[in-house]
Amino acid sequence: MSGSPAGREPLPTFAGTPPFPEAARTALADEQLRRNLRHATTTIRTKRGRAVAERPDWEALRLAGAAIKDDVIARWPELLTQLEANVTAAGGIVHWARDGAEANAIVAGIVRAAGATEVVKVKSMTTQEIELNEALAREGIEAWETDLAELIVQLGRDLPSHILVPAIHRNRDEIRDIFRAEMGAAGRPAPADLSNEPRELAEAARLHLREKFLRAKVAISGANFAIAETGTVMVVESEGNGRMCLTLPETLVTVMGIEKLLPTWRDLEVFLQLLPRSSTAERMNPYTSMWTGVTPGDGPQAFHLVLLDNGRTDVLLDEVGRQALRCIKCSACLNVCPVYERVGGRAYGSPYPGPIGAILTPQLRGIARHPVDEQTASLPYASSLCGACFEVCPVRIDIPEVLIQLRTQVVRQHGWRARTFGEEPVAMRALSTAFANPGRLDLAERVAGGAGRVVGRRGRIGRLPLPGLLGAWFRRRDLPAPARTSFRRWWRSRSSRGES
Amino acid sequence: MKIALFITCFNDLLYPDVGKAVVRLLNRLGHEVEFPEDQTCCGQIHFNTGYRDECVPLVRSFDQAFDGFDAIVSPSASCATMVRHHHETVARHSGDASLVASVAEVSPRVYELSEFLVDVLGVTDVGAVFPHSVAFHPTCHSLRLLAIGDRPRRLLEAVSGLELVELPGATECCGFGGTFAVKNADTSVAMGEDKIGALIGTGAEVLASADTSCLMHLGGLLSRQRSMVRVMHLAEILASTGPAR
Repeated sequence: MSGSPAGREPLPTFAGTPPFPEAARTALADEQLRRNLRHATTTIRTKRGRAVAERPDWEALRLAGAAIKDDVIARWPELLTQLEANVTAAGGIVHWARDGAEANAIVAGIVRAAGATEVVKVKSMTTQEIELNEALAREGIEAWETDLAELIVQLGRDLPSHILVPAIHRNRDEIRDIFRAEMGAAGRPAPADLSNEPRELAEAARLHLREKFLRAKVAISGANFAIAETGTVMVVESEGNGRMCLTLPETLVTVMGIEKLLPTWRDLEVFLQLLPRSSTAERMNPYTSMWTGVTPGDGPQAFHLVLLDNGRTDVLLDEVGRQALRCIKCSACLNVCPVYERVGGRAYGSPYPGPIGAILTPQLRGIARHPVDEQTASLPYASSLCGACFEVCPVRIDIPEVLIQLRTQVVRQHGWRARTFGEEPVAMRALSTAFANPGRLDLAERVAGGAGRVVGRRGRIGRLPLPGLLGAWFRRRDLPAPARTSFRRWWRSRSSRGES
Repeated sequence: MKIALFITCFNDLLYPDVGKAVVRLLNRLGHEVEFPEDQTCCGQIHFNTGYRDECVPLVRSFDQAFDGFDAIVSPSASCATMVRHHHETVARHSGDASLVASVAEVSPRVYELSEFLVDVLGVTDVGAVFPHSVAFHPTCHSLRLLAIGDRPRRLLEAVSGLELVELPGATECCGFGGTFAVKNADTSVAMGEDKIGALIGTGAEVLASADTSCLMHLGGLLSRQRSMVRVMHLAEILASTGPAR
């Protein structure tokens, strides 16, 4: 019944993450985490700003990126069919997966048919989304992550907390300790005298991974882009581990979300400028691998492309929310988000954290079609709507607009109990009623002013041991006492005195 | 020019002095201001929390209250944002064509105070005197949605005696975020504490902003920590003619 290779304890998953406010509270209490996150996000944010400022046509590139992706979504069936035909013509095999379970079963079947009991993996968000590693482990297949940060997460039996830098919550000392303690059980051990120097850490990882690259018969990747007109699939990366996986094994399986599609080769001109500058703040990423089906005598001789829906077509149902499908997983929005910077990625309870996760996860979980669980419903509220994410998004996803849209869906899904007794729905209705006419508002203001005089001291209300949302304000903050005379009363008395 | 003051429900109850300051300031610049007493709330709390149906009557009453004015001036960048950017969305949501039409008529006439002073009245020196050091918090809505840019800074720089000090990380959100402040109180407070940490490091006597909502949050944290730094709305400084009382 083990969910992990070699009978070890089960791999951790995001299942059971509490609603965002609670998960955030736990994360906020971790001082080390906050220091690591602040350092990492501030550094990458500054670098991204410089890389983007170099391009005078950045806004035009953003507009083009958004337009191309919107066109893809508008012509999805046609372009997907074209991709399938071209991949097949080039010797690849295309599979269609409605959800994660279907995709995982397809991949496991391919690995078994290849006679393999282990696979090497290129960093892939899509396979995290469908928990492929856990599914393969249940089939007795070991999946080795080969991206450095994913390796740190995997060896640490940890969960990723960033799209691009999944071990962003770890510092050098923690990484050294993980390597020393865990590498031996997974393959070549780390040197006993391993220090926290980045160079030594990278060398230990390189040697550890090298034997896996040379041994593996099957590799699994995601895709950054796939070109419908040629059937070409593409991965961009920084470390070269991807290139190893994509060229050495006999069999390559790519699991790709159907929104990764681009119509033409020419469209890469836009995205290969937008993506590296937005994600790693580089003008160009170090490794760009492209393959079209199978090339005899060169690279994997069997290529499988698994096209995954897993809720993506549900996202299409929402006219406002569907812009989330433009996302190219650059993670610029995470790095500028003041909420993400303080709570980290795991509080979002999904491999997609930060602002994009807050709009993508609920939609992939079907919020447009049916009520969602409490954790999912908390995600659209995990934002102060400051708009920094929209400002940096390379494909112009108006994340605050989508957050507000999803909040209306959460409210619409309130059951009768929440509508009748819920603190927030009741307060919102009461406010709406009070605001419905100025007389009622005036009365409410006089009541508040009177209450303010009772509990206020020197114009402010200090600690108030209240329950619920109001109490949440007073735990660490004071409030100005409501004015004895509201502005409208002052105005009326002033007018009646004939002043102007 | 027929000018209306859109006080906002928030200032009406909690910060009436801000409204009085706007009236004093505009009078001093030679303009009459009217206060349409039928105004209540722009609906921002409801809209941003997802209560779009409850927002519809508020948009309707806003348009009725402010019908017929040339300029509707508000000492709140976030409420001005709500009217200018989101009333149209609410009106379309209502399916009421007459509401869509009245929003198209009324919303573009709404100005945040610094926009009105700089763009419409064409003044940056409003003749204010305020001999204190001031840090300015450019709120997210004024920065990213209204894009009022450096207008508040230009107004503050022209104030006699005022020393404007740089606030590190000024463009980062303070953590208020409307109902975010209570629904995600811990995160909101963590963001706010970083902001006031930066503020206190500047040694400024006053924290100013174009939104009292952010100031309520930051001021609430400062007050709980017994800090001597005062929070003031931009309008109160611009209306001032001497040292703060």
